[in-house]
This record gives sequence, C-alpha cells and structure tokens, in this order.
Amino acid sequence: MTEAVGPGGAGGTGGAGDAALRDPAPRDPGLQPERTRLAWRRTTLTCTVAAVLGARAALHDGASVVAAVACALCLLLWLGFLAVAHRRMTALTAARPHPLGRRTATAAAVCTGALAVCAAALIL
Amino acid sequence: MSTFVQSLRLWFAPERARQEGETPDYRFSLANERTFLAWLRTALALIGGGFAVDQFLPDLRWGVRVGLALALLAAGVLCALRAVNHWVRCEQAMRRGEDLPASRFPALLGVVVAVVAVAMVVVVVFGWEG
Repeated sequence: MTEAVGPGGAGGTGGAGDAALRDPAPRDPGLQPERTRLAWRRTTLTCTVAAVLGARAALHDGASVVAAVACALCLLLWLGFLAVAHRRMTALTAARPHPLGRRTATAAAVCTGALAVCAAALIL
Repeated sequence: MSTFVQSLRLWFAPERARQEGETPDYRFSLANERTFLAWLRTALALIGGGFAVDQFLPDLRWGVRVGLALALLAAGVLCALRAVNHWVRCEQAMRRGEDLPASRFPALLGVVVAVVAVAMVVVVVFGWEG
C-alpha cells in the first residue's frame, strides 16, 4: 500500500495514528473521511432496503426450495456488502486514509450485481 | 469495447495502477470514492425498484411486469459495473494528471429511467390487467 499523503502532509512513515500524534490538527477541515464514511453508511442502508425487498420477494410465493436458496443468497450478499463496507469504514477512521482499494470497489459492485441477478432469477 | 476490457483487467491488478503516475491528494481520492458510492446507491435503488415493480404491481400482466422489472434490474447491473469502471478511470486520470474522463452514461441512464417511468405511468393509468 502506498501512503496517501496530501500536499505538505505528514511524513509518510508510520500509520495515520502516528501522524495524528505528531500533528496537533491533522483533521481535514472539509471532513472528507467522515463524509466518505457516511456515504458508505448510506450505501449500506440502500443495500439493506434492496436485500429486504429481495427476501420478501423470495418468501412471498411460499416456501419452496428455490425461494429459500434465493432468500439465503440475498442475505449472504447483503452480509458480504456489510463486511466490505465495515472494513472500509474502519480504514476511514484514520486522519489521512488510504485511497479505496480496487478489490474493495470490485467486491462492492459484484455484491450489487449479484443481488440483481438473484432478483432476476426470483422474478422469472 | 477494447478499452472496457483493458480497464476490466485493471480492476484486478491494483499494483500496476499504483505504480503509475503519482498518488493524488487523498481528498481527491475520497471525493472519487464518494462519487463511486453514489453510483452504487443508484444501482441499488434501481435493483430495489425492480423488486418493487414485481411485488407491488401484482395486477399487471405477467409480461409487462417482468419486462419492467428486468429493465430496472439490467439498468442496476449496468450502473454498478459502470460505477467501478468510471472510478478506475478517474483514479488513473488523476494519477496521470489528465482530464477526468467524459461519459455519456448519465444521459443514457436518464433516458432509460425516463422511458421506464413513462411506461409505468401508462401501464398504471390504463391498467393492463392480466
């Protein structure tokens, strides 16, 4: 991982906690990490709504095997998304967080896409 | 299409992109990340809309209902894939100090959503019941 150091930022050695100790005011006045954390939170809430609708669709038509599997898959995808988001939100507590990793972004998008595929399978 | 395949390869090779250019100000990276998340929320909302059409318009004819739901779901999938693709390209452009990539996708999505919305209004008002 490369260090995400802004212009005139703190050193580049050690973690963000280190930088926070050395610099008395390392917080970005625009609160960018906090805003990004809240954006992740909003996204998990949207994902929750979609997953709940999916589970409802799966269980609405009576409890067949396909419905149970689809419901479990929706919940699993939701949990996967929550895990990805939680990891990223923990990383964003640093004063100068690293940029988003590609695997994280891809994982979040794949969870979203898989939810849609699950939905299509339920509808058809 | 080949540029899409190229950027698809980049999704899974984070090291290669990291080496190229210089790391932008972390605030720019975070802004790019928030844009990505906003697109992801749009995708999730479209998917939720697909579920909702299927469940809350049960009086529609099967074909119409499934067609509308699948259109929304397909738009959701496209939106999610495009979110990652655009995020990767923006990050690359920032690293290389180039202009951010222009995109036709927002206009395209707007037209698709408008068409689906008009279709829903027509279907609900004229009540094509099954």
